[in-house]
Amino acid sequence: MPLALTHARYQLLETVRIPIAIFGSAFFPAAAMLFFVVPFAGKDPVGATFATASMVTFSVMSANIFQYGVGVAEDRAQPWDSFTRTLPAGPAPRFAGRVSAGLVITYLSLIPVVIIAATLTEARITPGAFLLALATVGVISVPFTLMGLCIGYALPSKAAIVVAQLVFFPLAFGGGLLSAPGAAPGFIEAIAPYLPTRGAVELMWAAVGDHSVNPLSLVTLGVWVVVLATLAGWAYRRDEGRRFS
Amino acid sequence: MTLARADRVSRRYGSTLALDQVDLDVRAGELVGLLGPNGAGKSTLINLLVGLRRPTSGRVELFGGDPRDPASRRRLGVTPQETGLPATLRVGEVVDFVSAHFPDPIPRDELLDRFGLGELARRQTGGLSGGQKRRLAVALAFVGRPRMVVLDEPTTGLDVEARHALWEAIRAFHADGGTVLLSSHYLEEVEALAQRVVVIGHGRVLADNSVDAIRSVVGVRRVSLTVDALPSLPGVVRTERVDGRTHLFAPDADQLVRDLVTSGIEFRDLEVRPTSLEEAFLAITTADSADTAAEPAPA
Repeated sequence: MPLALTHARYQLLETVRIPIAIFGSAFFPAAAMLFFVVPFAGKDPVGATFATASMVTFSVMSANIFQYGVGVAEDRAQPWDSFTRTLPAGPAPRFAGRVSAGLVITYLSLIPVVIIAATLTEARITPGAFLLALATVGVISVPFTLMGLCIGYALPSKAAIVVAQLVFFPLAFGGGLLSAPGAAPGFIEAIAPYLPTRGAVELMWAAVGDHSVNPLSLVTLGVWVVVLATLAGWAYRRDEGRRFS
Repeated sequence: MTLARADRVSRRYGSTLALDQVDLDVRAGELVGLLGPNGAGKSTLINLLVGLRRPTSGRVELFGGDPRDPASRRRLGVTPQETGLPATLRVGEVVDFVSAHFPDPIPRDELLDRFGLGELARRQTGGLSGGQKRRLAVALAFVGRPRMVVLDEPTTGLDVEARHALWEAIRAFHADGGTVLLSSHYLEEVEALAQRVVVIGHGRVLADNSVDAIRSVVGVRRVSLTVDALPSLPGVVRTERVDGRTHLFAPDADQLVRDLVTSGIEFRDLEVRPTSLEEAFLAITTADSADTAAEPAPA
């Protein structure tokens, strides 16, 4: 495992040296907090807490779709990636390192949202619920990590950037991340349970407040994880076949 | 002892046959030059030997095992392409990263000093000159105290001084008992370093011999002329007729011209030109009755 940690460390170093990559995934949710949550739901402790959880979900989604979708696609084009395959280690440490580094970046990108919630709104959370929310972030990273890996392994980097941008907004809007629980427009409430963002945000809502999860959303989220894992596995093997077989 | 072996190895990419039944043995302590034009199959052969690709047919071995098994690569050093260094990492960090994969790496400062990079440890690789990147790339092959290094075009783009410094480092490694497989499209580089040369062209081993033997083959010249009929001339290894021109390939062009003149035949537009490596080897390998200095590759 130490080799995976080495890979994670250097992945993080590379990311931190170009910090705009982190700002990128942290910016939109933080801006949405400032423009929509603070003025409209900021005074209501329950509404502000749920809205913060939604923005955290948004942040987790965009951080993962972008860093894997674009990062993996760019790495695949680099000769350095091939060079690391000649070192006496298989592809596993590099992959494990990438996912660990990705999780760290995801947590880092949440900091602005959490700070804004704590200082500018009435959002309140108990220490226990906060820890539960931290763990939930790890869980809901899974589908979006897989989605990013699908994009990154299946597409060249220029196409990956476009596709990542195309998918993330409809997923956020359609999953009801931009509305309070149960308060989205009717057609959103109708389609939301079938999107992975809905199951993810419901888990976050349940972690931070009094919300009972819609079983349909959870089942759909499970189906998404299976489908995305299958697709990511296919894209990964196809890429391995093209470059390393 | 054989450290790297290719046994009747073929490699196909789609409909392109990049390697065709190639045999190669690199024995412990050898310094082997892999010579050939771009696109000849050198890189494909190297990719198979370092475990990046698997052959379509045939067998490759590295230290007696499958190169695709990480354990087989523990005593192997490979150069990355210089364009591939992670631009935001510092020189020292890149060395540390590679070191982490080996049980007993050379200490970072010692390695950097050996390749004249000691002053640059804190610099990001994106800010290095082309020559400095090249030196770092070659240095990375030596990090893990390898028994064998595979250097793909190690000095391409270097100035003369830097090239000679790098050659010294490669020679020193070899003098300590290290094994080197080095690819190049420069005859000069292979002559300066290697004892044995393997010439690759069109996916096949065209020649596998000592540097001297290869040099005499590569010295083939092309004598072109317009002529109706030619008597048989001594020393011609291959004759080609293209668009009314006759091209004769011979190691001694001066003697050939003398013979042409004394034979008394009518010819015009005589032209003598050195051949590229590719032409020279095509000339000797496609001639049916080729009288060549190079022997076929050992079975």
